[in-house]
Amino acid sequence: MLLDALLLQVLNGLDKGGAYALIALGLTLVFGTLGVVNFAHGALFMLGAFCAVTLEKILTISTKVKDESITFFEAFKEVPILEAKFPVVGGFIVDYSVPFAILFAIPIMLAIGLIMERGLIRHFYKRPHADQILVTFGLAIIIQEIIKHYFGANPIPQSAPDIVSGSANIGAVFGLGDNIVYPYWRLIYLGFSLSVIGGVFAFLQFTTFGMVVRAGMQDREMVGLLGIDIQRRFTIVFGLASVVAGLAGVMYTPILPPDYHMGMDFLVLSFVVVVVGGMGSLGGAVLAGFMLGILQSFASMNEIKSIIPGIDQIIIYLVAVIVLLVRPRGLMGRKGIMED
Amino acid sequence: MNKLSAVSDWILFAGFSIAVLSMPVWLAPFGADYPDLMQRFAIFGLFAIGFNILFGLTGYLSFGHAAFLGIGSYAAVWSFKLLTMNVLPAIMLSVVVAGVFAFAVGYISLRRSGIYFSILTLAFAQMSYNLAYSVLTPITNGETGLQLTLSDARVIDGIAGIEVTRTLPFTNLFGLKMSGMPGFYFCAVVLIIGFFISIRIFRSPFGTMLKGIKSNQTRMAYTGLNTRPYLLWAFIISGMYAGLAGALMAVTDPLAGAERMQWTASGEVVLMTILGGVGTLVGPFLGAAFIKYFENIFSAYNSTNLNQVFDFLPDGIQAVAVDVAGLFVGSGWHLTLGLLFMVTVIFLPGGIMEGVRRLGLLVTGKSKKNKAPAAGSSSTANEHS
Repeated sequence: MLLDALLLQVLNGLDKGGAYALIALGLTLVFGTLGVVNFAHGALFMLGAFCAVTLEKILTISTKVKDESITFFEAFKEVPILEAKFPVVGGFIVDYSVPFAILFAIPIMLAIGLIMERGLIRHFYKRPHADQILVTFGLAIIIQEIIKHYFGANPIPQSAPDIVSGSANIGAVFGLGDNIVYPYWRLIYLGFSLSVIGGVFAFLQFTTFGMVVRAGMQDREMVGLLGIDIQRRFTIVFGLASVVAGLAGVMYTPILPPDYHMGMDFLVLSFVVVVVGGMGSLGGAVLAGFMLGILQSFASMNEIKSIIPGIDQIIIYLVAVIVLLVRPRGLMGRKGIMED
Repeated sequence: MNKLSAVSDWILFAGFSIAVLSMPVWLAPFGADYPDLMQRFAIFGLFAIGFNILFGLTGYLSFGHAAFLGIGSYAAVWSFKLLTMNVLPAIMLSVVVAGVFAFAVGYISLRRSGIYFSILTLAFAQMSYNLAYSVLTPITNGETGLQLTLSDARVIDGIAGIEVTRTLPFTNLFGLKMSGMPGFYFCAVVLIIGFFISIRIFRSPFGTMLKGIKSNQTRMAYTGLNTRPYLLWAFIISGMYAGLAGALMAVTDPLAGAERMQWTASGEVVLMTILGGVGTLVGPFLGAAFIKYFENIFSAYNSTNLNQVFDFLPDGIQAVAVDVAGLFVGSGWHLTLGLLFMVTVIFLPGGIMEGVRRLGLLVTGKSKKNKAPAAGSSSTANEHS
């Protein structure tokens, strides 16, 4: 019984941790390469989520058709045009709007990231961190308010494709009995975040571009002196971080209905994740993301809450404070990177 | 400090006091002469002046100062509930409680500097906010917010023989009701005292030490100075200012809610300070008043007002103009705030005070050039003239 509960909490923590890890990964990439503290990174996550909302809105532009099931008077019902015109393919596309939103979101998020870097962030490389924090904080507020203006303040629920809307019987897989059921979509999210993380790491590890970026994280000036246009690559890195955050947002919509301030909520936590993992350490960001996600879900177990009330609300911050005091560089931070 | 600057400080202080106390007179043409708004000027001015003692003098950017504001409000309301409706004990209690919290938070956060410090203070503020909403509900009354009730004890009032009324009692200063204009004057006096203390701190050896830490902490440490106590005191003092501002909020309207502690509120005080001018004496107050004034104006607009404003335009353009402007007013005030934030940081990092100084240079530089063209010390002024 106890084992069941533990497994469930680990799973719960893993998918939340996946979101933290993806956002923190982008934050760290931007920190490490551009040396910029980006408070608008949460807004990118939120924009990703709203890419999914927008696509779903576009796909389900509806038309009135006669309702055949009601025979004794003329009745009409709203049906998405796509479904009305192409019953099979259209219905399929509408059903799979969230996965399709990934394709939709990648170019958009890339464009937003590139514009943001070119237009704003670039001019703040040499400014103090306080200025960077303030200007991106202002940008985050602006993005948030624009979204609020067009989409309203209420969360907009999104649904996962029908085929994965149920729950998986995890218990049976692990031989623990039938009590542990878990939504398919959350498992998919976990797999998705792991593969995106893997993709980013592979990209940095096995491509020439990635090699240059890693070298740039070590010593920007030196790479520049070798005749490499580090500036242009950093712009692309920012775009990449923006896409990663956006994808994290797209896939998270069926788990948490997106609203305009979800970015801020996740940003604060992701910052804490970055600090715990070690500023400038990609591995640390991922590790800390999953670790804090799991810790948070353990802390929200009733057994633990009854011992230490309120611990679920503050556990992440508490861990951050302790880590910063005991290991000031974070779990995997290295000497000389973002020491102050 | 030499005599001249001491004299100019007194002039500044006198000018500030007169300007603040005569606000009801000279704000009338702007339509901002009602007590509620002027109270907000004074309260947030005080908050920003206190924040400036930390951020302006030491350069440590705290992102969690709203927590102390909230704590101050809660402490004041509890004083109203348990002790007396007199505002003086409430204010003292708030300042002390906020100071104690600031000591605890500062003691830990100041072990790190730069962005780590910002994130640590942010973490503490978020912790307080989350706790105020959840476990601490017996103390904070959760989402409803802490309010006065008829059944409150009010021990001191009971001893002093103030009779229990059937309606909720008002906050007072020895019988003088603290709402409306008296409330404003009370806040104004507290603000002036706070401003005076801030001048004294800026001019003291302590303040100079803090400025030294800002410009080069390592070098200060090399001279054999332990910088931590100085930073900690600066943090505590600015926390106490925030607590005081929170207490004044409770004085003018005796209820306290956790939303005051949210990190966007912390961001707002940062904006006020940089908008006015970080590290200047009057700047933070100007920034606070500026933001609160325009918040008041912008929030009041709706599409009907806007249609009237843009009435002179042709119909099609009018509709577009109203749509665009509608983004920024009413509930869209935060958008304007964010934009203001970015514009200030990008174009005028020194804030309003820097702008005034540049204008001054422009004017004086011009006259200087007429007299002695060779002494072109300020190139900007020469370019413009």
